[in-house]
Amino acid sequence: MLEYALIAGLVFGLYFCLVGLGLNLVFGVMRIVNLAHGDFLMLGAFGAFWLFNLVGLNPVGTAFLVFAVFTALGLPLYYLLVPRLQRAKDPEMLSIILFFGLSQVIEALATIVFGPSERSIPGRVFGTGPVHILGQSLPAAWVVSAIASGVAVLFIYVYLYRTRLGYLTRAVMVHREEALATGIDVDRVSAIAFGIGLALAAIAGVFAPFMLGSVNPSMGVDINIQSFAVIVVGSLGNPLGTILGGIVYGISLTFMQTYFSSWANLLPYVLLIFILLVRPSGLLGREVRSA
Amino acid sequence: MPRWLRHTLLTVVPVVAAAGLLPFGYSNQLLLFNFVVFLTLAQGVNVIYGFTGYLPFGYVGFFGAGAYGFSLSVLHLHMAPLAALGVGAAAAILLGLLLTPLLRLSGAYFAIANLAASLAVYQVVSNPNLTEITKGHYGISLSGVFNPTLAYSVAVVILAATLGLTVYLRNSRFGLSLQAIRDDAISAGMAGIDVVRARTLAWLLSALIAGLIGGVFAWYVSVFYPETVFSSEFSIFAIVFALFGGVATVTGPILGVIILYGVYNAIGISTPQYFQLIYGLLIMGLVLFLPSGLVSLFKRWGIDVP
Repeated sequence: MLEYALIAGLVFGLYFCLVGLGLNLVFGVMRIVNLAHGDFLMLGAFGAFWLFNLVGLNPVGTAFLVFAVFTALGLPLYYLLVPRLQRAKDPEMLSIILFFGLSQVIEALATIVFGPSERSIPGRVFGTGPVHILGQSLPAAWVVSAIASGVAVLFIYVYLYRTRLGYLTRAVMVHREEALATGIDVDRVSAIAFGIGLALAAIAGVFAPFMLGSVNPSMGVDINIQSFAVIVVGSLGNPLGTILGGIVYGISLTFMQTYFSSWANLLPYVLLIFILLVRPSGLLGREVRSA
Repeated sequence: MPRWLRHTLLTVVPVVAAAGLLPFGYSNQLLLFNFVVFLTLAQGVNVIYGFTGYLPFGYVGFFGAGAYGFSLSVLHLHMAPLAALGVGAAAAILLGLLLTPLLRLSGAYFAIANLAASLAVYQVVSNPNLTEITKGHYGISLSGVFNPTLAYSVAVVILAATLGLTVYLRNSRFGLSLQAIRDDAISAGMAGIDVVRARTLAWLLSALIAGLIGGVFAWYVSVFYPETVFSSEFSIFAIVFALFGGVATVTGPILGVIILYGVYNAIGISTPQYFQLIYGLLIMGLVLFLPSGLVSLFKRWGIDVP
């Protein structure tokens, strides 16, 4: 029991890390809260469903495809919404409402196009039979999803810490105005980060049918809360803190489900409030000087 | 004429009169009741968001606490509805007190934590282990005290009191000090305002409003499930209505409810997804082009709106 909860927790932790990562990247770079995050995840999930059913594309292939499509979608969306928002008086607060509106639009369009029913992809696309890890057997789909999440996280690490664009992105995260003053094209850097953030959500969506159960157009709200729990535990605005947050969240979730199953649904909310009150900067956060 | 009297005559009197008299000429009382509920909730959001700047994304938590405080004291203690309403209000205030530490957070952090708090309350109420007490997922049935006419009248009284409170905040030193805290808490503290006390008071007032109207809602519908009274639609509708009209005014939330909830009832019930689409686009357009709400248009034309 204990070993199973630990290992399944790690597998889910890696996946939840991917679920939260895009939201955190967008918040870190632009200081805006993308409440439509869960809806982009939902779109990724429906992409995987339709591509699998129509052309039989394996979800791993879909993951690469949605990455390209959503990054390309994110760029124009950024220029349409964000620069205008950031000229307002309180962009952080207004962003919650603006992206709530966007999430309503996406949810409505998805309901109109896909219909409100639950959809799922059979787990056997990744081969039948469980995978054995340290004596515990896990569904193959879980392991593939966890590996894909690990690869995506690694990609973000390389992007942020090993490329010139990532260097500029981190500069914008630390101080937007100073980055602007040193001549960095803040809008371009932010737009790319925004696109990558959406793409990460969509990739997480591709694996959602295996990790979160069946998908439907209104699943976004729940995902948002879970993503917030993950990134607040790690540290809001620090994409790598999300790895820790995801693993803490995943392991606590499987432990709750194993030992106190009827209270497991409370976990994200309680964890979120507890961390916000006790250590608002998150487990890996730096002290922030205010005023 | 003093400013507060003019504001009362222009806003509170016509709205309350319409809410009180329309049931005599219009048969769909449930629709009118829902309007009263949203008029009240939008003003409740106005008190905490408009005047103090905290965005209560989990405002429905207080509404649900009021509904359950009311229902459980009717079911288990066999209280009279009006006394039970007091318990509902007390439950909401208690939850508000429990959540006061959240006021230390700011901006998005507060909104998210508040949303999480309301979902946590929902999970507790609907938890299968507590079915004995809360009836869990089976929901509540209060057929013994069912009395829609009286419940409607009480709701109108609560609406009148809430509108009165907003007029007071709009025209009083206390309301002004809340707005000063919202704009710059440190300077407000320097000017001698007790920031923590004022904020907490506004927060509890706003919780009280939602708790009272939640209790009346439970009384009026008398059969409901936990997901009915904890539906995040209540928080979101109330916030959007208030914002659409313009917060920190009395008129704004009223206009927002009448226009948007009117549209919702015209097209939202038959084709909810098209309403959701229009609604989402409206919200986005509002934030991008008119972030201070409809009434800011009047202000731009130099008209003083209550």
